[in-house]
Amino acid sequence: MSSVRRRRGSEAQSKEIQAEENNKEEEEEEKEHGEDDNDKNKKKKKMKDEKSKEKQEKKRKWSCIDSCCWFVGCICTVWWLMLFLYKLMPASLPQYVTEAITGPLPDPPGVKLKKEGLTAKHPVVFVPGIVTGGLELWEGHQCAEGLFRKRLWGGTFGEVYKRPSCWAEHMSLDNETGLDPPGIRVRPVSGLVAADYFAPGYFVWAVLIANLAHIGYEEKSMYMAAYDWRISFQNTEVRDRALSRIKSNIELMVATNGGNKAVILPHSMGVLYFLHFMKWVEAPAPMGGGGGSDWCSKYIKAVVNIGGPFLGVPKAIAGLFSAEARDIAVARALAPGFLDNDLFRLQTLQHVMRMTRTWDSTMSMIPRGGETIWGGLDWSPEEGYTPSERKQNSNNTQLTGQETNKTNVNYGRMISFGRDVAEAPSTEIEMTDFRGAIKGHSVANTSCRDVWTEYHDMGVEGVRAVAEHKVYTASSIIDLLQFVAPKMMARGSAHFSYGIADNLDDPKYQHYKYWSNPLETKLPNAPDMEIFSMYGVGLPTERAYIYKLSPYAECYIPFEIDTTAEGPDEDSCLKGGVYTVDGDETVPVLSTGFMCAKGWRGKTRFNPFGIKTYIREYEHSPPANFLEGRGTQSGAHVDIMGNFALIEDVIRVAAGAKGEDLRGDQVYSDIFKWSEKIKLRL
Amino acid sequence: MSFLRRRKPTLTPSSPNSDHNNDDSDVDNDKERKTIREEKRKNTNTRWSCLDNCWWFVGGVCTVWWFLLFLYNAMPRSIPQYVTEVIAGPMPDPPGIKLAKEGLKANHPVVFVPGIVTCGLELWEGESCADGLFRKRLWGGTFGELYKRPLCWVKHMSLDNETGLDPPGMRIRPVSGLVAADYFAPGFFVWAVLIANLARIGYEEKNMYMASYDWRLSFQNTEVRDQTLSRMKSNIELMVATNGGKKVVVIPHSMGTLYFLHFMKWVEAPAPMGGGGGSDWCAKHIKAVMNIGGPFLGVPKTLAGLFSMEAKDIAIVKAFAPHVLESDVFHFQTLQHLMRMTRTWDSTMSMIPKGGETIWGGLDWSPEGHYECNTKQHKDNHKPSVKNMNYGRLISFGKEVATLHSSKLERLDFKGALKDKKHVNVSICDVWTEYHEMGIENVEAIAKYKAYTADSILDLLYFVAPKMMKRGDAHFSHGIADDLDDPKYNHYKYWSNPLTTTLPNATDMEIYSMYGVGIPTERAYVYKVNSDSECNIPFKIDTSADGGKEDSCLQGGVYSADGDETVPVLSSGFMFAKGWRGKTRFNPSGIRTYIREYDHSPPANLLEGRGTQSGAHVDILGNFALIEDIIRVAAGATCEDLGGERVYSDIFKWSEKINLKL
Repeated sequence: MSSVRRRRGSEAQSKEIQAEENNKEEEEEEKEHGEDDNDKNKKKKKMKDEKSKEKQEKKRKWSCIDSCCWFVGCICTVWWLMLFLYKLMPASLPQYVTEAITGPLPDPPGVKLKKEGLTAKHPVVFVPGIVTGGLELWEGHQCAEGLFRKRLWGGTFGEVYKRPSCWAEHMSLDNETGLDPPGIRVRPVSGLVAADYFAPGYFVWAVLIANLAHIGYEEKSMYMAAYDWRISFQNTEVRDRALSRIKSNIELMVATNGGNKAVILPHSMGVLYFLHFMKWVEAPAPMGGGGGSDWCSKYIKAVVNIGGPFLGVPKAIAGLFSAEARDIAVARALAPGFLDNDLFRLQTLQHVMRMTRTWDSTMSMIPRGGETIWGGLDWSPEEGYTPSERKQNSNNTQLTGQETNKTNVNYGRMISFGRDVAEAPSTEIEMTDFRGAIKGHSVANTSCRDVWTEYHDMGVEGVRAVAEHKVYTASSIIDLLQFVAPKMMARGSAHFSYGIADNLDDPKYQHYKYWSNPLETKLPNAPDMEIFSMYGVGLPTERAYIYKLSPYAECYIPFEIDTTAEGPDEDSCLKGGVYTVDGDETVPVLSTGFMCAKGWRGKTRFNPFGIKTYIREYEHSPPANFLEGRGTQSGAHVDIMGNFALIEDVIRVAAGAKGEDLRGDQVYSDIFKWSEKIKLRL
Repeated sequence: MSFLRRRKPTLTPSSPNSDHNNDDSDVDNDKERKTIREEKRKNTNTRWSCLDNCWWFVGGVCTVWWFLLFLYNAMPRSIPQYVTEVIAGPMPDPPGIKLAKEGLKANHPVVFVPGIVTCGLELWEGESCADGLFRKRLWGGTFGELYKRPLCWVKHMSLDNETGLDPPGMRIRPVSGLVAADYFAPGFFVWAVLIANLARIGYEEKNMYMASYDWRLSFQNTEVRDQTLSRMKSNIELMVATNGGKKVVVIPHSMGTLYFLHFMKWVEAPAPMGGGGGSDWCAKHIKAVMNIGGPFLGVPKTLAGLFSMEAKDIAIVKAFAPHVLESDVFHFQTLQHLMRMTRTWDSTMSMIPKGGETIWGGLDWSPEGHYECNTKQHKDNHKPSVKNMNYGRLISFGKEVATLHSSKLERLDFKGALKDKKHVNVSICDVWTEYHEMGIENVEAIAKYKAYTADSILDLLYFVAPKMMKRGDAHFSHGIADDLDDPKYNHYKYWSNPLTTTLPNATDMEIYSMYGVGIPTERAYVYKVNSDSECNIPFKIDTSADGGKEDSCLQGGVYSADGDETVPVLSSGFMFAKGWRGKTRFNPSGIRTYIREYDHSPPANLLEGRGTQSGAHVDILGNFALIEDIIRVAAGATCEDLGGERVYSDIFKWSEKINLKL
């Protein structure tokens, strides 16, 4: 249809133009023509015949621009028409179509529970995770003019494309202090808008907020504890008074809601942030908030952690070590030159790495607890796990599954150089200690095209020494990071700690750097409080990596994930250089579940007052159709915030239910089995 | 270029049409030749006509538009500024940059209290007609929904007529955070300029707080429903604590000044009714209150709004195009719909003129007496004024009445008139305003009373809108207290009226009144009875009433006096010039008060937008001089450092004429 139209148009137009060219001759005709066409036909025809030869030639000259115009106009008009029709369409039509196809949709949990008669009771506090909170500019350099109070992070990210290096400059922090660089102030957005949508259409908290609103919540009973997720937890208080604000707002909400205690909903890194907060608020004034030792029991009903990386995330290591996660590694394998020259012209990854390495908060997610938790050279808590087994989800297949997968993945070796190393028994690996290796300053060309990453200080010798150590466990990986990024880790170790406490009463554990590590702090004295850990399961999640030396020149990051390393068959845990295990695509089950399954269960030394803990797992199933968007049964790290089952649980808790009312634990994974294997003194 | 292109399509219909006609009619000697040609062209040429032209034209326009847009975006940012500087000379630095160069730093935390209308409202729960608007702004922003579903919008924006709270099943809540009132609509700044300038000297969200509240509700109800006052208290305490004990500088604007008066009483009052902060809360937490354009004694404009849903702007539109307003958004009865909506908003009643004849003048006198409207512009010294304006008659029926001496006025009391309902056919008018219950007799009775002063106008409002005034009476008072120690004045309804409360006991606090002057401001009205039909609002401003000379204060039925276009100087200045000056019974602890007036001058060129020296009610928030004053105070200065008072109007002269017991 359209092709036909287009042809006609171009020819017709060429004719007009031709007609215009012969304007003088035709002028009379044109006038008379308007009055009466038929009478003048003969005359006209003669002239036309004479011209017909010329026409053929002139057609081509004009067709291009005119047909372009015609085409654009056509498209625009059709577009507007469609848009108009779309707007005219009643709002219920898409829903109607869906219902016709898939049967009636279930009510959103908010509507369903409202019908059950639930109403708003406990005030709710959201603690967003890393990356999901918006950041806006309050003061910037010349290049960021006109961006005052515009979002640099979140929203459309328009500025990344318009002025990438300016953007990276403003998003970076000072490499020494971990605070603002001089002349730049980037601050978190406040209010519910801070993290309801990450980008237009990509919800984070919005679905949950909308459902809570159904049972009567509004801004006076909901609070978004937005903080600058780039800086270390204690620094959010030092710079922005973020912890004081949370304290004051919780106190206000409890007071104005008739003394009903708050329900806290931390997500992702917010979980660690809130652990930090609970210690901070009860600690005495200069370092802490001075709320007194019963603050938590007075103000908090329940902490409902969603996808919390209590014990860290292996992904964080890949990010810090080589600015790669699996997604990036795959992109690199497919198009090697792509990432290196797209946004910043060159060295995208190095720019990104330089930026992310100034963000102290990333270090809060380095795996904690060392080999005790994550496994050593020859064992790991998850060993024997096969991805296929969970899918069948029945007890009978378990035995066969274990037998067939005799390969026995060594998840404990979080980074290995080469696939053979990853699979070899530990006795056969020759490890050379890298710690003493001299960093060859002379070899490295520091002026390396402006971008500074600490790798340039390392030199070739240092890189080789790292590779020759071959295998790194959760313990030695911290040494590795200290070797390759000493400045970053110097900042990090002032704010975070990754060990296990021997004696929790040691006064040194009163320092704030231990507050966000559940293995080095006690839970507060609040026996009525409840702690939930809600997370998705059933998605392959990064757990260990196979690395190789980067073949490029010295200006590049010298290590990269070996994407050629593939497992023996489709079901294997090894894909593209990454060993995967059960989890929510970002955080492995071990990290989200262990503390609630064992570390804090009952009265332990980490939980001296016996706060009740519950595990609620949500099995992932992908969205049934496109209209569901990111799915109402998703278990993925962020998409789980739209999971109806989870939302229902959250609403019930907010409306007053206890863990028992939700029927206690809900477990699909092997978390309890795995936890048993971990020998942690309790 | 574009001219050429456009001409082409106009010629187009000729040739193809003729061909087409040939095919049908002409069967002559040309037949043979034609058949050959036909084969080539038959399909192609037949319908090249209007539709194709349209597309071609649209395409051309779009392409040119995109091209220009591209050029505009490609243009370096400094060009418009460069052009302006060439024309008008170098621009002055914005006050924030200027003062940052002087070395000023963020010091005291700052609290903004927005006024009526300027703060955004969003939907939290609505009826099915408002589907998909969850957490979208109904008020503020683009107002898109007002055009898409006007009736739904009006329904949701209205409050319950009995309680003054949410109607069942609807929850509209104020937007929170700085975004609540930085821009009212895209490009129309309210607080944004001030915020940007404060940010230059180091302010950010930890030391700025927007005390947004639902401006439709009465002040005490914001606490009852949303706990807004408690939030404000808690946030001020938090900011003082986290900023090293520095007291806050509060910046209320417009109705926010009354709201903050209410807050200061509330916070120190004991717990069930008040905030229980103790009698020294203000002294401990507030450094200065910098009121911007505060209608302390009310605004005459509110009367016109409540009485007949007209302000000067609407009255003029009505005169030019009598049917536009009736037929545009709501099909008909726009004004009635609006009136029904606004009459459910309790807060409007906080701005009914207060203090009665003592303040606003009686039948034959007014404090402004000889003010001449246009002298301000000429800046001449004291031209002898020609006519005596009777500003005291806030509403008069007919121009003659407005100027007649009181002894010659024949007034009939309307209060006794019976409301008879049989004259009115309520079912015809779907819109319910209380006027429909009144009947024609009463309308006439009101008109026969002829002139209303600030005292009798209250009676008038009680008569025409009893339900509204009943709600209002529970939350606001409009009188003058005889004995401020009377325990009845502990009730919250007196808290927002400066004539029935005392200022808090905070001797170190400073109170500023900052407002624009030099713009004619509505002060009194000439009304007439609207004879159209019973479904209409029965009164309207008599736009034909004009003062003979061009510079008369009476224009289009409205008498204007000096002010900032909305609030007359008398209202924003009197308390500071006299009522609170020194130790008076309204200001027992002798808090220092300062007046800072800003003479209005319109923007010098288009690029300045709404002007950097404006004195208009809202635009003054972009006035560089005012911003500079605020920043200096926020950075620690006292009023002495600003150079004391700054007065252009005759406010002190007028205040002297007011006999108020102090």
